[in-house]
Amino acid sequence: MKAIVNVFLKEGVLDPQGKAIHHALDAMNFQGVEDVRMGKQIVLQLSTTNREEAQKEVEKMAEEILANTVIEDYTIELVE
Amino acid sequence: MKKVAVLQFPGTNCDLDTQYAFEKLGCETTIVWHKESTLPEGTNLVVVPGGFSYGDYLRSGAIAKFSPIMDAVIAYANAGGKVLGICNGFQILTEVGLLPGALKRNIGLHFISRFQTLKVVNNDNEFLQHCQTNEVLNIPIAHADGNYYIDEDGYKELVENNQILVQYCDPQGEPVVVNGSVNSIAGICNSTKNVFGLMPHPERALESILGSDDGVKMLEGLIA
Repeated sequence: MKAIVNVFLKEGVLDPQGKAIHHALDAMNFQGVEDVRMGKQIVLQLSTTNREEAQKEVEKMAEEILANTVIEDYTIELVE
Repeated sequence: MKKVAVLQFPGTNCDLDTQYAFEKLGCETTIVWHKESTLPEGTNLVVVPGGFSYGDYLRSGAIAKFSPIMDAVIAYANAGGKVLGICNGFQILTEVGLLPGALKRNIGLHFISRFQTLKVVNNDNEFLQHCQTNEVLNIPIAHADGNYYIDEDGYKELVENNQILVQYCDPQGEPVVVNGSVNSIAGICNSTKNVFGLMPHPERALESILGSDDGVKMLEGLIA
């Protein structure tokens, strides 16, 4: 099973990289972009086939190392 | 003679400068490889120096926090031992939770490397005991992830407990925006005032002929 972990700065925490991308898009005349947030994606190949077990284990990984929960939120997506 | 332990991770690059600084100040200094699980006996100060531990992969300081030596450093700090984190060392100390808050990418996204004036905010701690409140110091900075973040409640606690050490300022002492830090914070300590972290490099300011010797009175406080 694959676990896809997306890590983003929390809402309300200023994202300097997202802001720079937004400026670049404006400068390139792409219209209608209201906000840009930049994050990172971590893809884990897991040996387990048990979704519940995978979810629990990956949550622990996200809390302990993959995200810094002082400034970041994360989402976990499990793919068979 | 005071004993200083300077940690070394893969990618640390200020270990030798830091060792030089504390030896110049008359300390016995040992470089401690991150795979060690104990600190040298009788250590009076642990310094987590600057650099790019683990290439800043994932987040600055994120991987270093799981190095074997960090358990010993956390136990040492919790027992009241003095710990100083400089630059990447500051990032590591926030990642392990010895200091509150976190360090984000600089607001302008640039790596900033230059001399920077700093204002001493609180000197009722061992680190800055030889500096005056509101004194302006000239210390080099060199970082891409120095944008200090803390939530509102955390910030109030820092202020109430006199935990803000230094702020980025202009030569007259007025706070300035350098990297986007909350209230221009450049360095803080924990509530028990035995763990210190700052982005600027006092170990690079030891000789006035090289630009500034303001780092001497900062570092001397920790080994007085």
